[in-house]
Amino acid sequence: MTISDSVSVQSPDVLLQVRGLRKTYEVRNDPIEAIRRLTFDIHAGDLVCIVGPSGAGKTTLLRSLAGLLTPSGGSAKLDGEEIVEPPKGMAVVFQEYARSLFPWLTIAQNVALPLKAQGVDRATRAEKTAKALEAVGLADVAKRYPWQLSGGMQQRVALARAVAYEPRILLMDEPFAAVDAQTRADLEDLVRNLWHRLGLTVLFVTHDIDESIYLGQRVLVLSNRPTEILDDIAINLPDERDQLTTRNEPEFARLRAEVYERVQQAKAGRRPGDAA
Amino acid sequence: MSNNVATRRSWLWFLWTPLNAVQRAWAGVAGVVVFLVCLQVLPLTGAVDPKHTPPLSEVISALVSRLATPQFWEALLNTLTTWGIGLGISVAIGVVAGLLIGGIPVVREFTASTIEFLRPIPSVAFIPLAVLLYGTGRDATLLLIIYAAVWQMLIQVSYGAQDVDPVARDTARSYRFPKGFTLINVVVPTVLPYAVTGFRLSASVALILAITGELIIGTPGLGKLIVIAQESGAVASMYALVLVTGFLGLAVNVIVRMMERRVLHWHASVRREGMK
Repeated sequence: MTISDSVSVQSPDVLLQVRGLRKTYEVRNDPIEAIRRLTFDIHAGDLVCIVGPSGAGKTTLLRSLAGLLTPSGGSAKLDGEEIVEPPKGMAVVFQEYARSLFPWLTIAQNVALPLKAQGVDRATRAEKTAKALEAVGLADVAKRYPWQLSGGMQQRVALARAVAYEPRILLMDEPFAAVDAQTRADLEDLVRNLWHRLGLTVLFVTHDIDESIYLGQRVLVLSNRPTEILDDIAINLPDERDQLTTRNEPEFARLRAEVYERVQQAKAGRRPGDAA
Repeated sequence: MSNNVATRRSWLWFLWTPLNAVQRAWAGVAGVVVFLVCLQVLPLTGAVDPKHTPPLSEVISALVSRLATPQFWEALLNTLTTWGIGLGISVAIGVVAGLLIGGIPVVREFTASTIEFLRPIPSVAFIPLAVLLYGTGRDATLLLIIYAAVWQMLIQVSYGAQDVDPVARDTARSYRFPKGFTLINVVVPTVLPYAVTGFRLSASVALILAITGELIIGTPGLGKLIVIAQESGAVASMYALVLVTGFLGLAVNVIVRMMERRVLHWHASVRREGMK
């Protein structure tokens, strides 16, 4: 490594660097400020949750980071490269799994499609698809169609598709908001499990405070619109998490109270710099 | 206080009893039989003039003797050829124009008013023009067919192209599908159910206009044979040919529906019947 290498990147393992990101929608000469100023880093291997009150611009934020929306100012860089269109090595899991999967393709074909788009050869595609379906516990339904599966299983397929793509970063936009509580708990454990086993970097957007604490190593709390980051809370829970014991730990309760209070303040209109 | 179903049951109970599949099939067969019996009996009893409407038995024997003539098969082949070519051209134009109009907003706005003006003009209004341009040959009838049949396909395909789910589109973009790859793997399957409906409508309309062109312009085919039969007073023979056109229409519909089931097995309109 040369000297210039070590100087050019201040903290070498920053994967996603967001600096002063802004987004203002122009609606008939009437600008609506959705995101005012966002600055944060995601390091390689992180599992970061973003939580905020509804209408906090979570989806706008995620779409901007995904390169699906052009920000009005500031910058977002993946591996030092400015995000101006959907970047290489990024996978997005959307909330609307039923609309994100293609009903005319089987489960295996759905998972393999992004690989096919990249020109990955058939044998490698089949191998990666099988592995990914195995990882989410759906190896036995490879030949079925999405509409033959339950909602939770469909979201697993979307997750398998993202995993097979081998992204450097995985963005998830309230992925479990539309499934029942029991399925949701299973899917949360699956995300933790995949993150551990595959060494993923995950940015998980949710409105659910418990979910953000249970999943994350860090929780970023968003303000009301126009969106800014109010708090960056470290989650010092043991790495080995369990739906029953983790959620019963005093530290979990303390964190929940803290995040809950911050989100309430966000709803009430607290801005960064105001006393918490 | 007797709210007993049995007491309310009148002798017309079968009119509002839901039928099962077997009963439905028998009801259908019974309907056809009654219709055929009417065709036979009404002329025999003199309820309709047998000179203009011969009984079914005569029509059938005329049909059988027609089937033995090479002129009949030549005419049938001519009609099918005209229909096929006309439908093929209509579908090709309809698909390409429909994708452009549905897929590109500027093109849609540019063409919308013109299409709304042109579409209601009855194709038969162009018969004089068609004769001026092409005489009584096949091209004249093709003009009528294409003008009538292109709209159904075009409108359906353009609806389909507008119906691509935004989440599916975002999914394609975030996985960096190349444009052509998205067209083939996302847009075309979305358009397919619409295109199949358009094709079924176009196929029926094309057949109607093929026969019309033969009847009025005198393009060789079944329609022309009907005119010749009428002019030479072969009334039973004329009805026999009319029956053939009816069967042709039926066959077209059945074949397209079978095709639909194969191509759209994944679509909500088809898959319900396939499940069990």
